[in-house]
Amino acid sequence: MSISEILLSPDFLFVVLRVTTPILFATLAVLMAAKSGIFNIAVEGIMLTSALVGVIFSSKFQNPWIGLLAALLIGALMGILLGVLVIRLKTDAILAGVAINLMAGGGTIFLLYLVSGDRGVSSSLKSISLPNIVLPIIENIPFLGTVLSKHNVLTYAVFIFVILVHLVLYKTPLGLKIRAVGENSHAAESVGINVHKIQYIALGLSGMFAAFGGAFLSMGYLSWFTNGMTAGRGYIGLAANAMGGSTPIGGLIVSLVFGIADAMANVFQTGIDVPYELVQMIPYITTIVGLAVYSFNRKKKLERITKK
Amino acid sequence: MINLKDIILEMKNILKIYPNGVIANEHIDFDLREGEIHALLGENGAGKSTLMKILFGIETPEEGEIFLKGKKVQIKNPMEAIKLGIGMVHQHFMLVPSFSVAENIILGVEPKKGFFTDMDKAEHLSKSIAEEYNFEIDVDEKVENLPVGIKQKVEILKALYRGADILILDEPTAVLTPQETDELFIQLNKLKENGKTIIFISHKLDEIKQISDRITIMRAGKKMGTYETSDLSTEEMSKLMVGRDIVTTFVKNPSNLGELALSVRDLIVFNQVGTKKVDKLSLDVKKGEIFGIAGVEGNGQVELAQVLAGLIKNYKGEYLLFNKETKDLDIKDLRNLGMSYIPADRMIYGVAENMDLISNLFSNQYDKPRYSNRLFLKKKEMEKAANDIIKEFSIKTTSFKTAVGSLSGGNIQKVVVAREFTDNPKLIIANQPTRGIDVGAAEFIRMKLLELRDQGVAIVLISADLNEVLELSDRLGVMYKGQFAGVFKDVSTLTEEELGKYMLGIKKDENLEGIIYA
Amino acid sequence: MLKSNQFNFFRTVLSILIAFALSFFIIFLISDQPVEAIMKMITGPLGSKRLFANVIELMIPLIFTGVAVSIMFSANQINLGAEGAFHLGGLVGALIGLLVPLPAGIHPIVAILLGGLAGAAFTAIPAILKIFTSASELVSSLMLNYLALFFGNYILSYYIRDTTAGALTSHLLPQSIKLQSMISGTNIHIGLIIALLVALFGYLFLYKSKMGYMLRISGENQEFAKYSGMNIVMVILISQILGGFIAGMGGTVQLLGLYRRFSWASLLGYGWDAIIVTTLAKKNPLYVPISAFFLAYIRIGADIMSRSTDVSPEIVAITQGLIIILIVADQFLAKYKHKLVAKEAKLFIDIEGGK
Repeated sequence: MSISEILLSPDFLFVVLRVTTPILFATLAVLMAAKSGIFNIAVEGIMLTSALVGVIFSSKFQNPWIGLLAALLIGALMGILLGVLVIRLKTDAILAGVAINLMAGGGTIFLLYLVSGDRGVSSSLKSISLPNIVLPIIENIPFLGTVLSKHNVLTYAVFIFVILVHLVLYKTPLGLKIRAVGENSHAAESVGINVHKIQYIALGLSGMFAAFGGAFLSMGYLSWFTNGMTAGRGYIGLAANAMGGSTPIGGLIVSLVFGIADAMANVFQTGIDVPYELVQMIPYITTIVGLAVYSFNRKKKLERITKK
Repeated sequence: MINLKDIILEMKNILKIYPNGVIANEHIDFDLREGEIHALLGENGAGKSTLMKILFGIETPEEGEIFLKGKKVQIKNPMEAIKLGIGMVHQHFMLVPSFSVAENIILGVEPKKGFFTDMDKAEHLSKSIAEEYNFEIDVDEKVENLPVGIKQKVEILKALYRGADILILDEPTAVLTPQETDELFIQLNKLKENGKTIIFISHKLDEIKQISDRITIMRAGKKMGTYETSDLSTEEMSKLMVGRDIVTTFVKNPSNLGELALSVRDLIVFNQVGTKKVDKLSLDVKKGEIFGIAGVEGNGQVELAQVLAGLIKNYKGEYLLFNKETKDLDIKDLRNLGMSYIPADRMIYGVAENMDLISNLFSNQYDKPRYSNRLFLKKKEMEKAANDIIKEFSIKTTSFKTAVGSLSGGNIQKVVVAREFTDNPKLIIANQPTRGIDVGAAEFIRMKLLELRDQGVAIVLISADLNEVLELSDRLGVMYKGQFAGVFKDVSTLTEEELGKYMLGIKKDENLEGIIYA
Repeated sequence: MLKSNQFNFFRTVLSILIAFALSFFIIFLISDQPVEAIMKMITGPLGSKRLFANVIELMIPLIFTGVAVSIMFSANQINLGAEGAFHLGGLVGALIGLLVPLPAGIHPIVAILLGGLAGAAFTAIPAILKIFTSASELVSSLMLNYLALFFGNYILSYYIRDTTAGALTSHLLPQSIKLQSMISGTNIHIGLIIALLVALFGYLFLYKSKMGYMLRISGENQEFAKYSGMNIVMVILISQILGGFIAGMGGTVQLLGLYRRFSWASLLGYGWDAIIVTTLAKKNPLYVPISAFFLAYIRIGADIMSRSTDVSPEIVAITQGLIIILIVADQFLAKYKHKLVAKEAKLFIDIEGGK
């Protein structure tokens, strides 16, 4: 099959949506925090921790939804922890985030061993994954059916969340407040908004989205937890959000681009003559180039305004 | 004739001392009649902003009481002030740039439709309140796209929307064009007709004459008096506003002029919002003289200073330093030509507050042969010099290892001044060099300036402190709206009254070439 | 010593103690032999020459990346590319070893210098992007780290792979390039000397040289640096390039000192550890070896503990995270510090009157 045939095949597009899911969750997580004015580099660590917690609870209660709930809870708590460190203790956001990531990296290995005696992979935990869903009528549509149906419930969820986040941010009072706090906290204060409270809420939501991403990795994409399974997706979320102009739709587009590149790497592993390792680089190069272009445009725009 | 309208606000015996010891409000009494436009007049630092910050809950006074409609109230934060019907429009707008007018107005009190913001209702409410007070505003437009005058109207609407009966406007016309000012005044009169009471903080006499019913004049933290506007001429206002409390005289040696140090022709500078701050200014300064620039802050002094110091490169006109064209020179080049700069914002530009004295004292000269060779710093030299400087400038500190940020304001300024003065400067630009520091440190710095002048250094002294600028200057220019309203060679014959007229725009001289140019 | 410096030292020590206390608390909760575990963690590395040597061996790469990050952070350039630079340094070491034969004394020297250059070129990319596009060096360096890894894997798989060996690894490196062990019976290699020299260099650079002074002032207050006439572009470039050079050298040294083949199929994490090291060392390269030693010690201690008790070694990750947070949290004991500083300053505050 030629490259273009592969790229346009429904199976490929299916994979794209699948691999985009965790990246998009990470992007949404970064977005929520950024909108309230806080730089959340801990998305990586929150995703990883939630991935483990989800598997643990799912296996304990033999119920993936309880696993998901536990994951969301831990994610939200970690987001709030970041808030306490940055808002209350005035820690630099980057250092606080890095500290959380380091604790998560080691802590997940520690916890896994503690709970199951496993080292590396959660093989002895019989975790039940979140279901894949067959969409009733769509399933039977040629091409579209293959692309859109039989995804994990969280894949459908993330795209719905993009819309929800957009609605919340731009159409609800809470969103208005969050954006005001992030853009001009003095303006928000002057009308009586409790800036800190809003930031905590935003960080809790941020942690929650990261948790969704983590849960997808260990209970949807795969059915187990592996050390370091987030593989930098949290950091990609940072880049994607920056490039997407800190908007849900922008983040969606950039995440999809990254998902396409990532899926290409998956596909090219077999069949095409390009070394897998080089193909793996494509998503990251794309991100860097995109970031450079985006930042350059912003810089030029600012210069034009002041040169006036 | 005494106006018998009700008194809706009384502030009694307000005392406010800032942590650095400055007495901002010294037992001030202030009262407000319902439905009046009451102007609060004074120079920068007179204490008018502080008084209003206390009224709006941003600051708390050491002593004093506030009575609203006869009832004693405690205003601990802006929200309480808003609840009591007091609204404030700040100099620096508190708007969210990417939001629409309507969104900014309803922020915090959003009308809801289920989970969602009822934007239709928000727009409707915003439109109706705009119409009620006759503001012509497109409530859908994003604030970042609006001109400054309209942004200010949005701020006023915000306050009205929240039920303000008393509106405090802090220097509202500082950022407006003349036309926008006229429009604002029409609005204010309409608001007055609607029963609102307005406190108008300003230092612009003609406007106050135009719009206000009564005036309270403040000077150096004290209240000079409250008057019916119709009873005072602008000259009388100026006399009450502007005056020296401390008159110290310096013995000045006759000036010994050297070569031309700096030459500025037709300088035009815009600020970041697009307002013209320096409007075709020309100036020559020779070595061995102090050219003082008086004026109320905000008339372009900062922009002029920053151009001279190389921080602003985006300007029109010519700036020659020791006969060299400076357009393509960077700050390092200017300093190598002998320029030194004392910035007005010492904490932002003047020091690295978390670093020790010795690091702060040599940031402009560390690469000169005295303090370093090709690669390394000469630590011993620096330490010796630092100790000498600490002694010479009487900087009160335990050692040169103290972090600069922990020193008192006066000592921090001494560090800045020491650094700039010890670099063998040929031209010093001093912008508000003694602002906010203790008397002792201020005296010291002024003495140093005179010393350097006698040694042949050219000095541009920008200061809002009349005493300083009258005592030290050989020539004196008054900046008003980006231009020199007047320039004087014989400074000793100038009175504060005269000076005040130029500072406040009452008087303006033409044909200054003879005095500006060398 | 100034009270404020005393306070900072005291706070650092207190932070470490609290972090340990919390970690010990966790051990008490989960272990059947908590006291034994804690003792093993604290004294384990002192148990034998070989165990203590492990601490020194672990310390070496931490010094390199620690100094690299200290330099970059001192200039307030948050470039996290030390991780990737280190990796490339190792790769270059392998390439020079396998593809460029040289006599024994020169071989490692050339490799280390080239490893440094590779690292420098690598971390220069975020710097250049920042200068020309204002793109965040943090985000771009994070992405670049992965590029370094994949590139390394590519070269490993297609150019230097030893297909006879079981796992993904390169051919055996020639003896000529290896860094010899200095102390018999251990793997402590000459790289230790190089590391300590690098730390000394870093200190002299940051605190004694003109360039270092510029970096630090700019890092503290960029506006102040600009106003003083400093060239900010130079600061951005030099800090990141120098940091990358040192991190790159560290990677080469690590490979040539401890490994017989290049088999790094994932990033080793020393770049992230460097952040802990530099935080503890207050960004001063002179203290980096001490904090690197401390970090290595507790890591090895935790390792030893895990081998003979039921506690996982990763508990130390939690300890480390807690230490950073407590040290960096401005408000931790802020009120107390404020009182101290105020007392110090009050001795000399003038009574200010008038305007």
